[in-house]
Amino acid sequence: MTTQPAPAIQVCGLQKSYKELRVLRGVDLEVARGSIFALLGSNGAGKTTAVRILSTLLRADAGTVRVNGFDVATQAADVRESISLTGQFAAVDEILTGRENLVLVARLRHLKNPGEIADDLLERFSLTDAGGRRAATYSGGMRRRLDIAMSLIGDPPVIFLDEPTTGLDPQARIEVWQAVRELADRGTTVLLTTQYLDEAEQLADRIAILHEGRIVVNGTLAELRKLLPPATVEYVEKQPTLEDVFLALVGTKG
Amino acid sequence: MSKHFLGDTTVLLGRSLRHIARSPDTIITTAVMPIAMMLMFVYVFGGAISTGTGSYVNYLLPGILLITVASGIAYTSYRLFMDMKGGIFERFQSMPTARSSVLWAHVLTSLVANLVSLAVVMLVALLMGFRSGAGVSAWLAVAGILILFTLALTWIAVIPGLSARTVEGASAFSYPLIFLPFLSSAFVPTATMPGPVRAFAENQPVTSIVNAIRALFTGQPVGADIWVALAWCAGILVVAYAFAMRTYRRKTP
Repeated sequence: MTTQPAPAIQVCGLQKSYKELRVLRGVDLEVARGSIFALLGSNGAGKTTAVRILSTLLRADAGTVRVNGFDVATQAADVRESISLTGQFAAVDEILTGRENLVLVARLRHLKNPGEIADDLLERFSLTDAGGRRAATYSGGMRRRLDIAMSLIGDPPVIFLDEPTTGLDPQARIEVWQAVRELADRGTTVLLTTQYLDEAEQLADRIAILHEGRIVVNGTLAELRKLLPPATVEYVEKQPTLEDVFLALVGTKG
Repeated sequence: MSKHFLGDTTVLLGRSLRHIARSPDTIITTAVMPIAMMLMFVYVFGGAISTGTGSYVNYLLPGILLITVASGIAYTSYRLFMDMKGGIFERFQSMPTARSSVLWAHVLTSLVANLVSLAVVMLVALLMGFRSGAGVSAWLAVAGILILFTLALTWIAVIPGLSARTVEGASAFSYPLIFLPFLSSAFVPTATMPGPVRAFAENQPVTSIVNAIRALFTGQPVGADIWVALAWCAGILVVAYAFAMRTYRRKTP
């Protein structure tokens, strides 16, 4: 077999309306295995709707969606075995401790040694010291890290991250980016949605722009750049951005 | 599909029980209102109420127990609503977890929490002089009726928990349920009520349930009341379960 491996995600002609509002009007996209794919769009562009359909939480009106080779409509249980969803709001149980959250997910994924899995992930996400504290006491960045750690349990081959850094401070954002890169290095396919252009630029192998219910462009960063008029050369004094200043003053990692 | 149903339900039940263990105020709050009512009715109004029997606390307790359950189930709506809002519900739904385990875990948690609240109320009643000559089988029958009643009301509570838009909306449904015992034989004999009120009181579920529990406590023959009571509980349970499941399926494809 020398044919190309099947893509991790295949979406074809996906449509979804809420009453009169046509949110998705025929979305087509493919995500190669082990790559990071960014779905870019403004608020209300339909990114979350698309992710909810891909993760079996919502039924499509039309079109086919295959995730890890399984159809989301007819093989939802197989799809759920293959994916993990990190929603827009950190879906952690605030009353449980960080460690208990991880153990809970490991048990629900029917894995052996849930305690061991939890301890490994706490270490990998620098949460070991906080593992015994209730998640309600965590900062936004810690909560997001715990959220992502919970998504990694059972090593699902496909991970959906819906606006993973919305509402995070710059340091926490960098921590999340680091976690996402590590994921892709381990061969996990990541589909993330974002409204931050720099986030897509930083992380994604391919970027698609969702606008008015359709994918208007889909390509690598270099391909997308070619769509614009050729760069003109201007001399501008490079001022540090506010983010550079912020990170230089308070940051520990660059 | 239901291969993991029992295991997943147990894991999720452990989670919600931990929630209760960490905020035991929910059980205390549930028990405080019925206890306050019991104190007020026994020590303030009780002297003026003629029930034709001996001790008023003995007469009152069955109705108070039902009020305890009616106020306790509001927390089931609340917990379910918070899960839906917080996103953890979607996380569970996107995992290879048995579909209805999430609901069953909340329902069983409600049962455990309400039984603890009932035990607390019962203990206070004993301190206030409640005595019963009921034998083991009568006590078991009372427990059975209360469990069935709790399950029926809990499945009602699941519906607003799944569909409410605000946290107030999720728990407001329980007020009419708490009020229902006042229009029954729980506090005063129905014979003293004017015609239409009496007709309502004698034909609503609380009266037959209260009468059945009261008869069991006092060692009287329960007569037809227990069958009417069981029929009401089972009927409410089946209808509420069907509606709750329908609401649930609409939320999750």
